[in-house]
Amino acid sequence: MAVCIAVIAKENYPLYIRSTPTENELKFHYMVHTSLDVVDEKISAMGKALVDQRELYLGLLYPTEDYKVYGYVTNSKVKFVMVVDSSNTALRDNEIRSMFRKLHNSYTDVMCNPFYNPGDRIQAFDNMVTSMMIQVC
Amino acid sequence: MEGLTLSDAEQKYYSDLFSYCDIESTKKVVVNGRVLELFRAAQLPNDVVLQIMELCGATRLGYFGRSQFYIALKLVAVAQSGFPLRVESINTVKDLPLPRFVASKNEQESRHAASYSSDSENQGSYSGVIPPPPGRGQVKKGSVSHDTVQPRTSADAQEPASPVVSPQQSPPTSPHTWRKHSRHPSGGNSERPLAGPGPFWSPFGEAQSGSSAGDAVWSGHSPPPPQENWVSFADTPPTSTLLTMHPASVQDQTTVRTVASATTAIEIRRQSSSYDDPWKITDEQRQYYVNQFKTIQPDLNGFIPGSAAKEFFTKSKLPILELSHIWELSDFDKDGALTLDEFCAAFHLVVARKNGYDLPEKLPESLMPKLIDLEDSADVGDQPGEVGYSGSPAEAPPSKSPSMPSLNQTWPELNQSSEDTAIVHPVPIRMTPSKIHMQEMELKRTGSDHTNPTSPLLVKPSDLLEENKINSSVKFASGNTVADGYSSSDSFTSDPEQIGSNVTRQRSHSGTSPDNTAPPPPPPRPQPSHSRSSSLDMNRTFTVTTGQQQAGVVAHPPAVPPRPQPSQAPGPAVHRPVDADGLITHTSTSPQQIPEQPNFADFSQFEVFAASNVNDEQDDEAEKHPEVLPAEKASDPASSLRVAKTDSKTEEKTAASAPANVSKGTTPLAPPPKPVRRRLKSEDELRPEVDEHTQKTGVLAAVLASQPSIPRSVGKDKKAIQASIRRNKETNTVLARLNSELQQQLKDVLEERISLEVQLEQLRPFSHL
Repeated sequence: MAVCIAVIAKENYPLYIRSTPTENELKFHYMVHTSLDVVDEKISAMGKALVDQRELYLGLLYPTEDYKVYGYVTNSKVKFVMVVDSSNTALRDNEIRSMFRKLHNSYTDVMCNPFYNPGDRIQAFDNMVTSMMIQVC
Repeated sequence: MEGLTLSDAEQKYYSDLFSYCDIESTKKVVVNGRVLELFRAAQLPNDVVLQIMELCGATRLGYFGRSQFYIALKLVAVAQSGFPLRVESINTVKDLPLPRFVASKNEQESRHAASYSSDSENQGSYSGVIPPPPGRGQVKKGSVSHDTVQPRTSADAQEPASPVVSPQQSPPTSPHTWRKHSRHPSGGNSERPLAGPGPFWSPFGEAQSGSSAGDAVWSGHSPPPPQENWVSFADTPPTSTLLTMHPASVQDQTTVRTVASATTAIEIRRQSSSYDDPWKITDEQRQYYVNQFKTIQPDLNGFIPGSAAKEFFTKSKLPILELSHIWELSDFDKDGALTLDEFCAAFHLVVARKNGYDLPEKLPESLMPKLIDLEDSADVGDQPGEVGYSGSPAEAPPSKSPSMPSLNQTWPELNQSSEDTAIVHPVPIRMTPSKIHMQEMELKRTGSDHTNPTSPLLVKPSDLLEENKINSSVKFASGNTVADGYSSSDSFTSDPEQIGSNVTRQRSHSGTSPDNTAPPPPPPRPQPSHSRSSSLDMNRTFTVTTGQQQAGVVAHPPAVPPRPQPSQAPGPAVHRPVDADGLITHTSTSPQQIPEQPNFADFSQFEVFAASNVNDEQDDEAEKHPEVLPAEKASDPASSLRVAKTDSKTEEKTAASAPANVSKGTTPLAPPPKPVRRRLKSEDELRPEVDEHTQKTGVLAAVLASQPSIPRSVGKDKKAIQASIRRNKETNTVLARLNSELQQQLKDVLEERISLEVQLEQLRPFSHL
């Protein structure tokens, strides 16, 4: 369902970013980049007291004419950003959540790999991400 | 051993071979298996080999020391040259060519041999060496024939020797090797990935000066992928030697190991290759992996943390990316740590990769770690493994879960079944009315006919009376037969069915006696069937009895007050009435009443209450309860019966009816035994007096039986009574809990029934279509 999925590190550089090739990928990169501001805004808005209760799923970050951008942040400030086609109206919030959950699981699996240095680009996502993207299309 | 003089080339060659055979890197002793392989590769007749072994002293020693090994090799050369085997020939034969261990085919071998023999001095003429290997490799590739399998195997087996040495001598060969690998992409093809290793090894072999001959021959192979890996894996040459030794090739080992004839070996090889499982870990490999695992983690059931594993595998000098990939494949449960199985899989993958095989996308089935918690873990693991790895890692765990759910599903089913059967559970509830029915019926019958028809009823009601205990209900349900009842009472598990049956029976009974549904108000304690009330009674009985020191006062649940009297006049009749209560009360009967207990145990007493009849009979019957009655059934029961009358508990009634039945002798067997049984069970609880009652409360007995049972405890101390009271109270609570659970189940079942009926209604119109 997603047309673009990105994993952003804590320092706001991308660890993994992948789009459906048919589109102009650069546009998606740009969208993801701009969405980071929204993510930060949402995180900071919670306040310190709410850190514990802060939900990982941020929801719709901002909609554009063609796309909607959803965000998800982990407790270690690793952000997952997903761009979804707006025409895909059947996509429910729960589905987005589940997709983020899967992403998060995959991310933790990658972290568990001792050969992975945190901060490196992630190579292992492809399989799962492909499945997600194919669903979308 | 005679002194052995070896030329330089020989020395080198022999040392290489020795290292090759020196799996355990002891540098002293060589594994016989390897040596045998080697000798087999020498293409000498078996008897010659044996002779050689004998000559060199290995047979004497039982192992191949270095000197023995060298001598053996020399003898091999001698034999190959056609000279007779003699100890002296070791040194006498001059200019002996290096022993040739043939493996493969044809030109490559000859080329190798030629090159080796000619290049014995040639230390590392890579250039010269390079060309042949590729050719060899290609030739090898093309010739994946089983014919040469065996020789190849041996060649392969021997090859490692050279590669082993190569790291020491020519580290540069590593990149060389890799380059060759690229040329011969084995890609983990299912067939013997011979070609890859071949070229791999050949450069090594050729690079060396000494071990040329063997290498040439060995290039042939179908190299067990792991072999080469070993080479570059370890930090130290000895380790690498070890690694290379690790023949790791399924086929090699299968064939090599078999000391059988060549044909057999070939066949095995063929089979192994035909099975098409290049990822299979051979036993030797596995053993090696396990040993390596132990070096990191002594506990074989433990984990290797990720960091330690990282260090270990980094030694293999594989690129981090590939190691990362291997980790992803092998860490089955994604926990960042490696179990033994995972470690072996990872190691195997590393070895394979080093040998030039491409890493698979998914973990091969043979490398799948066995799931511990499933019997069919292998099967489960295999299937999901692929799926798991292909999909998101999150799915990997689910691979385990499939088996789990299967297990879990059985439970719900069981529960369902139990639910279904438990549907009948409402026994307790129904029992009451039915009990009442029973009681009334019994009452009626007591006077009339205590034959079979009633006996079951009696039995049931008595049981029912017992109470809340499922067991009791179960007992009833289980069957009219005493046996069933007992069995059921013994085990709650059987309750569902029994209860169900019981319920049915009860229903039937209730159906039979509709008019009596109106529960004879509890007030009439006398009513024999009061599961709950009986328990209360028992408590009362206990309290009463406790207060009383009189013999046998204690337990009569139905008639506490009367207890004392019954105790005075112990009557077996007492037994019956006390279903549950009776049990308790019985158990609590004061020891003093032992002699009188039989009387109390006499349910007939209760019957006397309710029916106000048959007392006499009951008394008699009570007396007839030999099994239960701990003591003689004296008149006490009768008297107790009378006393109990006042309480007129249902149990008593049942007791009475039971004894009555017994007296009738119609179905005496059934009812009496039941109460008797109960009595026995609850004996521990109840005083001897109560024992009789306990009989009736068979169900209770079951429950009570679970409690520490004091068989007809004799202790008539207050303490004993109090203890029994305590126990009975506990039993009560247990029973009460059971009852509530059953009630809940009943409600659930009723709801289900309603929903089903609704569905039925909905579907009914369609049935006409």
